[in-house]
Amino acid sequence: MAGLFGLLVVMAVLFSACGQEEEDGNGGGGGEGESAGVQEGEEQVSGGGETLTIYSGRNAELVGPIIDEFQEESEIDVQVRYGDTAELAATILEEGENSPADIFFAQDAGALGAIGDEGLFTELPQEDLDRVEDRFRSTEDEWVGISGRARVVSYNTESLTEEDLPESILDYTDPEWEGRIGWAPTNGSFQAFVTGLRVSEGEDVAREWLEGIQANDPAVYEDNTSTLESVAAGEVDVGFTNHYYLFRALEEQGEGFGARNYYPEGGDPGALINVAGAGILQTSDNPEEAEAFIEYMLSDGAQQYFAEETYEYPLVEGVETDEELQPLSEVETPDVDLSDLEDLEGTLDLMQETGVL
Amino acid sequence: MWVPAAVVALAMVLPLVYLVVRSLSSGWAEAVAIALEASSLATLTRTVVLAATVTAASVLIAVPLAWLTARSDLPGRRWWAVLGALPLVIPSFVGGFVLVSAFGPRGLLQEALAPLGVERLPSIYGFPGAVLALTLFTYPYMFLIVRAALRGMDLSMEEAARSLGSSAYAAFFRVTLPQLRPAIVAGGLLVALYTLSDFGAVSLLRYDTFTRQIYLQYSSAFDRTPAAVLAVMLVLLVGAILTMELWARGRAGYFQTGARNAAPVALGRWRLPALVFCSLVVLVALVVPVGVLVFWLLRGLAFGESLNPVWQTAANSLYVSALAAGVAVLAALPVAVLSVRFPGRVSSLVERLTYVGFALPGVVLALSLVFFGATYAPALYQTLGLLVFAYVVHFLPQAVGATRAALLQARPSIEEAARSLGRGPLSVMRTVTIPLARSGILAGAALVFLTTMKELPATLLLGPTGFGTLATQVWSASSEAFFARAAAPALLLILLSAPPLYLLTIREKIT
Repeated sequence: MAGLFGLLVVMAVLFSACGQEEEDGNGGGGGEGESAGVQEGEEQVSGGGETLTIYSGRNAELVGPIIDEFQEESEIDVQVRYGDTAELAATILEEGENSPADIFFAQDAGALGAIGDEGLFTELPQEDLDRVEDRFRSTEDEWVGISGRARVVSYNTESLTEEDLPESILDYTDPEWEGRIGWAPTNGSFQAFVTGLRVSEGEDVAREWLEGIQANDPAVYEDNTSTLESVAAGEVDVGFTNHYYLFRALEEQGEGFGARNYYPEGGDPGALINVAGAGILQTSDNPEEAEAFIEYMLSDGAQQYFAEETYEYPLVEGVETDEELQPLSEVETPDVDLSDLEDLEGTLDLMQETGVL
Repeated sequence: MWVPAAVVALAMVLPLVYLVVRSLSSGWAEAVAIALEASSLATLTRTVVLAATVTAASVLIAVPLAWLTARSDLPGRRWWAVLGALPLVIPSFVGGFVLVSAFGPRGLLQEALAPLGVERLPSIYGFPGAVLALTLFTYPYMFLIVRAALRGMDLSMEEAARSLGSSAYAAFFRVTLPQLRPAIVAGGLLVALYTLSDFGAVSLLRYDTFTRQIYLQYSSAFDRTPAAVLAVMLVLLVGAILTMELWARGRAGYFQTGARNAAPVALGRWRLPALVFCSLVVLVALVVPVGVLVFWLLRGLAFGESLNPVWQTAANSLYVSALAAGVAVLAALPVAVLSVRFPGRVSSLVERLTYVGFALPGVVLALSLVFFGATYAPALYQTLGLLVFAYVVHFLPQAVGATRAALLQARPSIEEAARSLGRGPLSVMRTVTIPLARSGILAGAALVFLTTMKELPATLLLGPTGFGTLATQVWSASSEAFFARAAAPALLLILLSAPPLYLLTIREKIT
């Protein structure tokens, strides 16, 4: 009966051989819908070279097409593992020295900071870093922001107009907003905003704000999407979300969608811009290809893609943005250094103390 | 028999070793402090309450449904049986989402009721929603097992009770139900453990169980120690549940003397209420989710969304699920045979161990294998081999349970006869035991296949890089609110999972 174990091992090896085949056949788009079919052919051509492995916490629907384009233009074979940013960060930490990943492409600066803190990133070339403003990259030159997303107040267009909305996010603690607010306290973008609030306005203001909103009995949602959907459905009047979810909803559900965005004004903490970014792992076997990837993502063409296709903000100056998108220059962001957003634990403690989490 | 069983047990222990190592990485004191935090204990309570409620609710749905479709003259009972089992194929991260969008305070139902002046529905978030979602998508475990038990049950006792003057009602409660106890307990175990492991439903419906807290630890603090400590607490809870089940299962064995078709019980005036009950269950658990998916698909198409080809991902899904089912069945056989034919402390410990992987949240299991794979088996890491291994560790008890149930109904005297006639143990296994347990083995394979089809976290973290399945594609689209793009693969996932489930329910004559 010991044969069974042997059998299991043999099967495992066989499967892994199959796996290899599958991998080659599937291509970088990774069977993620639209790209899978297209990729198959090209993959075979460049099959002999080095493979660049990207762990992407950014969604395949959003970055798949631009990664495919990179692959096509650079003729570098790319494999992408898509997943949740936090789970991929935990995976990289578990893998440690043995990580097969060359690049970590993360949804938020916090995850990049966690990998950086463990010393798992290499330093990026200065010319790539210089493409974006200081405030959108790591202070230790370990990662660089690739696209930005703004915090906004989404409001229901049936019950409110832009004029009804306070200029500052801080004013939503007013009792007139009782039972009318939706938020997603467990969401990473929201927590980054609270960290920004602590940094720019101080602990006391942040605490008062959390307590004030909590007193207004807000509806709690899992993420930005469900918050926005509930605003549009009139479940609540306003919701604290990221700017781009609206554009996707418009694309899928038409102009009749019942919510719009409002950008808090005057450098308000409510208009924080956070970034999605990438870094090169120290364990990378293909540093040159990895640098080529970072360079490509910061090229004008790729930046244009983010502006037009994902409705995010390009971080490289001089790239034109979609007309419907409020220009980055007109978004008055608070005076916050993104590398100061690392103290997530402090934010979580505060949110727990105030009963928000 | 002992050697392969030991290998299986060893595989099951891997995640536990990882969890203990991670929990203690900051020392005992830290680990104990995390475990005794008020929030950890509150999470423990909430998790226990949820699992108990979902299990109880599943009994209330599954047992009547099983009896109606197996033993009564309910019109179209075979179809009700298939429809009643189908909700099992709906992934909880889809089901949860769909329930929210259908029954949310301002969801589709409210929209439909708006002309009647309904402004908003009571919130389904939190405990009620989590119970609803988990019950609807897990009761089929109990339904399938109880129904199989009803069909395989020895009818002579029930007939004796009737001939001695018991009413059909009294016969059910005094004779049938006690005989069903092992099946109800086995189904309840799967329901309870699935509830512990689920992330999709509790996160979408916002009820803080261990699984959700563990994810929060990863996502907000990038700290693996508290996550591991919480997971160890979860494992201890599983241990308690497994011990309880062992006790509740009872010592009695019920061998059947031969398969016979029972005369269906006439429902009479209960026919209409019975039909309403079945319709309601199928409506909420199956018609609503599928309906919402179709609605999303059509709405997307109307706004110019194009249907992407998903054949490659569909083929990937079928391929890994079939592999997982095959390997799980092989691994389950020695464990099941040992625990049935050689009951004792060790065999029962091995059998119990297989359940631990089932109750662990997928992400915890996946990270444990990331650790072992990347460190000790780099050649296997991120291959289909390790992915299938993960599926088997995760879903093995479904195969073990089904195989055990079939073996329990087969008299050992047949095997003993074969041995006494000179057959060796291996030969008896091949020519007697496996054919006798065939229905159970197939049922186990089908269950593992179905759960693998909808598995998400392990597929994302452990699959070959770039390997996509229908489940990962649904997740990828729905997590960024591309509902229309999520609907097509989700519907395909349900469609492809249906045939094995159909065979599982309809396969009635074979015992």
